[in-house]
Amino acid sequence: MRIGVVTFPGSLDDGDARRAARLAGAEDIALWHNDPDLHRVDAVVLPGGFSYGDYLRAGAIARFSPVMQSIIEAAGTGLPVLGICNGFQVLCEAHLLPGALARNEHLHFRNRDQVLRVLATDTAWTNGYSEGQEILIPVKNGEGRYVADEATLDELEAGNRVVARYVGGNPNGSMRDIAAIRNEAGNVVGIMPHPEHAVEALTGPSTDGLAFFTSVLRHLATAGAPA
Amino acid sequence: MARVVVDVMLKPEILDPQGQAVANALPRLGVDGVESVRIGKRIEIEFAGGGDDQAARLEQAREIADKLLANPVIEDFTLRVEDGDR
Repeated sequence: MRIGVVTFPGSLDDGDARRAARLAGAEDIALWHNDPDLHRVDAVVLPGGFSYGDYLRAGAIARFSPVMQSIIEAAGTGLPVLGICNGFQVLCEAHLLPGALARNEHLHFRNRDQVLRVLATDTAWTNGYSEGQEILIPVKNGEGRYVADEATLDELEAGNRVVARYVGGNPNGSMRDIAAIRNEAGNVVGIMPHPEHAVEALTGPSTDGLAFFTSVLRHLATAGAPA
Repeated sequence: MARVVVDVMLKPEILDPQGQAVANALPRLGVDGVESVRIGKRIEIEFAGGGDDQAARLEQAREIADKLLANPVIEDFTLRVEDGDR
């Protein structure tokens, strides 16, 4: 299985995301922001960082990159896409996920290990967790406050589309403690904390993040690679 | 030169912690009586050529603002044509 990780100018966590994909047993493929070719990947990760300097708004300019046009199209036909941190911001800007990520309520950049509760396990990226499972992974963002109107928030909750919530303190003021959401089909997931930084005991607070990457391999094995 | 000015503001219902931080600093300057401060962006777009077809320029600017400059989920924008040199 081939997991592609996009590098935008200003991406920071593409290396860790590729390493996490390898540790999960996938072949990691580097995708470039200026190249619309997805190189036959079976899944895509949009990594953390500050794409295009986060100028204007986080993710606003990355959304119009050549690679994103291909990813938007492929996501519509079932390609699993995981957006982490800045990647989540890009997915919202690209309208693959509803809502937006705004400046943290307290204005501080928040960098700490964070407990999440996984709520939706019927996605391409979280089927390896059990419902209600608590996981510990790093969070590090300045613009991680998830916002959407009340109707959208209600719809997300009613459709079991809140993938994870913050537990033991909301690090950024996200509405309804939302840390991760999914699209209706479940192939697209956006998460503000960083599962790719919690895949090895040596460098992470846990190995709880690895299941995002093993989940997608299991999803692909059962569903078959997308056309 | 045709210049279109776009003002982007967070929607009224969206919390603006930057504006709050500024408002909280004002008493330190000895300024009282400010109820709230909200922070937005002003974007100036200079179009090439003369300013004869203002309606078309405004329409172009509206498209730019709608697609890129503002995120309609959290922001509103207004447009106006600014004439001549400042």
